[in-house]
Amino acid sequence: MRERVAKGWSAGLAALLAPVTLWLGAFFLIPLLFIVAYSFGTSEVYGGITLGFNPGNYLKVFDPLYLKIIVRSLGIAALTTLICFLLGYPLAYFIVFKGRRWRNALVLLVMVPFWTSLLIRAYAWVVILGGNGIANKTLQFLGITDGPVNLIFTPEAVLMGMTYSYLPFMVLPLYAALEKFDVRLKEAGKDLGATRWQTFLRVTFPLSLPGVIAGSILVFIPSAGEFVIPDLLGGSQTVMTGNLIQNQFLQSRDWAFGSALSVLLAVLLLGAIMFYIRRVGTDKLEGV
Amino acid sequence: MAATPPKGSRKGTMGGLPDWGLLLGSVLVYLFLYAPIAVLIFFSFNSTRSTQVWTGFSLEWYGQLLSDPTILQALRTSLTVGVIATFIATVIGTMTALALSRHSFRGRAVADTAIYAATVMPEIVVGVSLLVFFVSVFVPMGIQLGITTIVIAHVAFTISFVTIVVRARLSGMDRSVEEAAQDLGASPVQTFFRVTLPLILPGVMAGALLAFTLSFDDFVITFFISGVGSSTLPLKIYSMIKFGVSPVINALSTVVLVATLFLIFGGSRLFLRKENAQE
Repeated sequence: MRERVAKGWSAGLAALLAPVTLWLGAFFLIPLLFIVAYSFGTSEVYGGITLGFNPGNYLKVFDPLYLKIIVRSLGIAALTTLICFLLGYPLAYFIVFKGRRWRNALVLLVMVPFWTSLLIRAYAWVVILGGNGIANKTLQFLGITDGPVNLIFTPEAVLMGMTYSYLPFMVLPLYAALEKFDVRLKEAGKDLGATRWQTFLRVTFPLSLPGVIAGSILVFIPSAGEFVIPDLLGGSQTVMTGNLIQNQFLQSRDWAFGSALSVLLAVLLLGAIMFYIRRVGTDKLEGV
Repeated sequence: MAATPPKGSRKGTMGGLPDWGLLLGSVLVYLFLYAPIAVLIFFSFNSTRSTQVWTGFSLEWYGQLLSDPTILQALRTSLTVGVIATFIATVIGTMTALALSRHSFRGRAVADTAIYAATVMPEIVVGVSLLVFFVSVFVPMGIQLGITTIVIAHVAFTISFVTIVVRARLSGMDRSVEEAAQDLGASPVQTFFRVTLPLILPGVMAGALLAFTLSFDDFVITFFISGVGSSTLPLKIYSMIKFGVSPVINALSTVVLVATLFLIFGGSRLFLRKENAQE
């Protein structure tokens, strides 16, 4: 076969890469460098900022008040990831191995909600959980509660909204991983005398692990940085890192602290991804 | 994705879970995915202001939607931003995809990483960093937060998605046609416009569609950099939700949902047909 990839730099290549370098350089990279610089600055009373090397903004994170919020965010994100996995794995498994000729349609049904606006999906839960809404009516109908109870503005409401929003992010990589699975391996396991559980735990599940990791990252990252869902479905008890960041920028105008929080969030989440790419490679993320 | 059904799939069972258990669980998950949207749509046709008690059918809220000038203005802003941002992002993204899939060069790994970093960076971080940047650089230059900054931001976060989609299409492409064109004396630019572009067009259109959908639905990034004057549709929906639950929001959500789905299904049908015709 003829060599089909041009080697080395040329004027043509430079021309192709110039626009993306300029755009992402100016409007993605430099803004990130701005918040890194700001995160070491000192906020002034009227919203201004003095640049310098002030580690105080990062130390402020250890203030119990803020630490609690950050730990809570990570906890909610981890719990969302776990619930999405528990709901998503059987579903992906069902689609791949039992979907038969409806397989593509079943995958499409998972993707449709993922294409629709996150804001609208969160609003749907505001309506369902709010006041004496459908959720409350159902609880009363089932005899679980006597009268309307407060469902919205609770941690559970946030968890519900997050699981609902991010479930497709879990199912799609799991589907991609399981779909590549060679069923003969399972049969081999059975022939060698393994029970169904043993075959699943020793053969199927380990082979689908890249999908599990990809799905978990795709759910965990937006969950940990989420601010719309806790903003609409949560109350003062469910403030998350995203809300805290928003608050620093739009209300308390402490840009230095807000920048430090953003940098921490970015480093934490990108670190998780680097860890994943090192172990599994990028092709799984691309398959989504 | 390979469409070969796994052989002997009837025997495959997830651990000891019986088939009916798996089926029931899956049905419940689908119900969980669709019931909230169904409820939302259902109450957009309610005859009273309630979004929870059904009182009868009416189209009143859709009427109110059409007569609210602020909603129509937000829609206009969203469409304007979406079209301009999609165009710019598609051109830049396609160029980037060509560079990355057709060339091996020093620094390609860095370029790859940057493209992925832009897709996985938490939206809120992108939003606040752009806010800081625009306020520190653009505002002193006399460019206020508004449509311009929204378009710039939307292009920045959609380029990578276009690149990934177009690149996938390029990697599956047979290069011999291009080589034939060049052997016949076509210049690289001629080859691109007359051979390569028509061949990768389904990928480019799919990338454009994705970019438009992402731009049209974006709330978080836009929220930080829109300024006071201009409001996109998601920002308008957000402020309406903050103001209080109302069937007008249900109606607006229904319209947006239906429009998005039409766009995606209509679009993908069109591209798939083109794709099939070529193969």
